[in-house]
This record gives sequence, structure tokens and C-alpha cells, in this order.
Amino acid sequence: MDYNVKLEMFEGPLDLLLHLIHKNEVDIFDIPISSIADQYLDYLELMKSLEMSIAGDFLVMASTLIHIKSRMLLPGRNEGDEEEDPRLEIARPLLEYMQLKEVAQELSERKILGRDVFARGVGTSFDEYPDMVPKPDVTLFQLIDAFRRVVALGEGQRSLKVSLEKWSVKDKVESIIALLREKSDIFFEEIFAKNQDISELVVTFLALLELVHMGLIKVFQPSHQSRIRLSACFDESNPSVYRGEDGKTA
Amino acid sequence: MEKQLKLIIESLLFAADKPLRVRDIQECLADTGLPEIAEAMETLRHEYETMDRSFALKEVAEGYQIRTRPDYAPYVLRMTKRSAARLSAAAMETLAIIAYKQPVIRQEIEQFRGVDTGGILRTLLEKNLIRIMGRKHLPGRPLIYGTTRKFLEVFDLNSLESLPKLKEIKEFGIGEAQATQTHESKTPAASTVQEEAVKTKTGGKNSQF
Repeated sequence: MDYNVKLEMFEGPLDLLLHLIHKNEVDIFDIPISSIADQYLDYLELMKSLEMSIAGDFLVMASTLIHIKSRMLLPGRNEGDEEEDPRLEIARPLLEYMQLKEVAQELSERKILGRDVFARGVGTSFDEYPDMVPKPDVTLFQLIDAFRRVVALGEGQRSLKVSLEKWSVKDKVESIIALLREKSDIFFEEIFAKNQDISELVVTFLALLELVHMGLIKVFQPSHQSRIRLSACFDESNPSVYRGEDGKTA
Repeated sequence: MEKQLKLIIESLLFAADKPLRVRDIQECLADTGLPEIAEAMETLRHEYETMDRSFALKEVAEGYQIRTRPDYAPYVLRMTKRSAARLSAAAMETLAIIAYKQPVIRQEIEQFRGVDTGGILRTLLEKNLIRIMGRKHLPGRPLIYGTTRKFLEVFDLNSLESLPKLKEIKEFGIGEAQATQTHESKTPAASTVQEEAVKTKTGGKNSQF
């Protein structure tokens, strides 16, 4: 069987019920419970077949509907009975929900600040968030971003080569220190200048992190938009600050 | 002097970045009675109204504020280079539930909506339209939510009492708008709760944070 169903977006079980009541043009105080309950379950089936995830509340409502339906079928419910109409159990929350939906609509039609009307000064629209004050320190993520850019620059020569480890962190640490001995203040990108491929870039980056960790260099950004720079923190007069893994002075 | 007073008040309203209460205005003036201020304010309001200005003097959040008229919204938005402030229908509904049912806990909100409102509540809190008023003495000590002064400012309301009334709905089927318009208005539950009363009610709860 072929049929097209345009499924409207339902927020919750009460929305679905309201939709069905509207669709069937029935009175909220005289809901034909049997038919509405059946349609409700059909929708749940449909939602399942569309692989929409059905929240537990939908099932709770389904069982409430079935329960009401069964109570309606019980004998002894005659006119003038003291017993309350079991349908009120859903009519009441539905009614309240309808009222709230209506005022929500009314509220959104008001002259809204930042949409329809504007006041002087800042911070008048509710779409504004307090500005994030940029931190002057370079974060790890900024470093990673800067590294990504360096990698992207060499993208032309991207290839996968498996080769023996040619570079060690220790070597790179030494070459960075050597660079910093020439100039005590260099740009972040400079330490990658002669790097050949991605693995060398990575090793160089690790060496940089290692040096920061040891407190031998300082990484900073003079202003938020400027390039990241490195400066030496080690004592020029005592060049043997870095001790490699083998304990020998570099 | 009377003219002077009107212009002083106008300058205050012009320079302020939030609605000014009559009290705030009085603090800036020496020996001026509230009735005089109210009168000057009324003159200003009338002037803006009759002089065909692009702005009006509005009463919001129990204060006064100069606001542009809606006709000029597209131009102002172009100038500020931002899109119009908006909330999704789901967020509006949640906000309405909080506005009318406050003080209210999340579980009560979700009873109406039948869906998780965690994300929406966070957005509304971020936009400063709702606030946490305290915690309820229930298992799990759930947070109690209420609306903020900003809410009143944004939705052009003078106080919670000026919220649109909840309408009584007796029947529908033809369309809820039609059906509800024909019925009398009912006092909303929230309007019976004075803002002051809400404050005192939750004052104790706040201290238990």
C-alpha cells in the first residue's frame, strides 16, 4: 500500500493529542476516547516505523488513554452518576496546556525588545551574551591550531611514508635551543622551517611542549591576533642547561 | 522650572541603559515630589506621541524607557548588524509555563511539555530570561525557576500582573483562536501571586544554597 504521510513535528504526547483533537474537530470535554486512542497508537506506530525515538512519556500517555477507554466501557456509567467522567483525566491537563500554548503565542507576538523595538545602550537584546575576554596567555588549543596551520602549509607534499624514526624529541629540543641561542626571540613557525614531513613536524612540536614543560622557553602571543612567539628562558652564560636522557649535557 | 524638570528627566531617560524607575529619577533630583515627576513623564510621553517621533516612552519592568517604534526595527537591525532576537516555539512554551506557574520546578514544566527541557532551560538561563530562585524541599532538592526583570523588559511587560490573561477554553474544534476569543478571560494563577510575595517565599530557600 502506498501512502504519503507528512508527519508534523510533535513536541510531546500532549501536542500529539491536541493535534488529533484538532484534526478530528472534537470537543475537548467530549473526546471520542476510543477513536482518539486508536489514532494515537497509530501515530506511535508510524513514529516507530520512521525510526523516531519515542520518549517514555508517549507510552505513559498511551496507557492512560487505553485505561480511560476501558473505564468508559465498564457498565454502570449512566447519566447522573456521581462518578467523574474518566476523560477529565486528560481533558484537564490538555486544557491547561492549550491555555499556556496560547499565551506563549501571545507573548511572542508582543513588541519584543531586540526584535521589534530597541532601547538605547548596550545589552538590550536577549540574544546578547557577555563578551568573552580573550586571555593573553596562549592555550594548548591555540598552540594546536597554530600547529595545524603549519601542517596545512606543507599539505602539498602529503604522502604516507613508513620509515625508520629519523628524528627524536631530544634532537629537536637541541635544535630549538640552538635556534634560540642565535636569536633569543623567534616566531612559532620558525622552528618548523626546515622540517621535511609530518612526522618531523610532530616531533618538533613535541620538543616544543617538552621545552615549555621544563620551563626553558616561554611561549607567548603579544596580542590576540598576532603570531605566537617563543623566547629563551635559559641562561645564555650557562649553555649546558638541557640534559638529555642519557644524562650528558647537550 | 516645569519645563526644566521635563528636560532633565528626558536627559536621564536618554542616557540610561535600562528602564528607570520613578524612584531612580527622584534620586537624581533635589526636592522633587513623585507627582511632579509623574506629571513631567506624562508630558514627555504625550509629546513623543503627538510629535510623530520614531521612539516612544514605554513603561516596562516598573520603570520607564525610551524605545524605538516597531516600524523602524528593520533599519535598526541593519545598523546593529544582528538578526532579530528570537526564541523557538518550544522555548517560548517553556518560558510561558515558567512565567505563569512560577515558582516552578523542572519536573512540573516537563509534565506539561512531556519532553526533556534541560537544554531549553539552559538557553533561557543564558539569555537571562529566567533565574534559579532556590531549591525545593523534595527528594533531589530540585531547582526552582522563575522569570527575571529582563524577561519583563524583553516582553514589554510592566510587571508579572501585566502578563496576558489565561483564557478559558470551553470547546474547540473549529480552531482554538476562535473558540477562546469568544470566552471570558480568567485571572491567571500567576497574577494572583504578587512579585513581592514570590520574593519573600523564596528568600528563605535562597539562603540554603
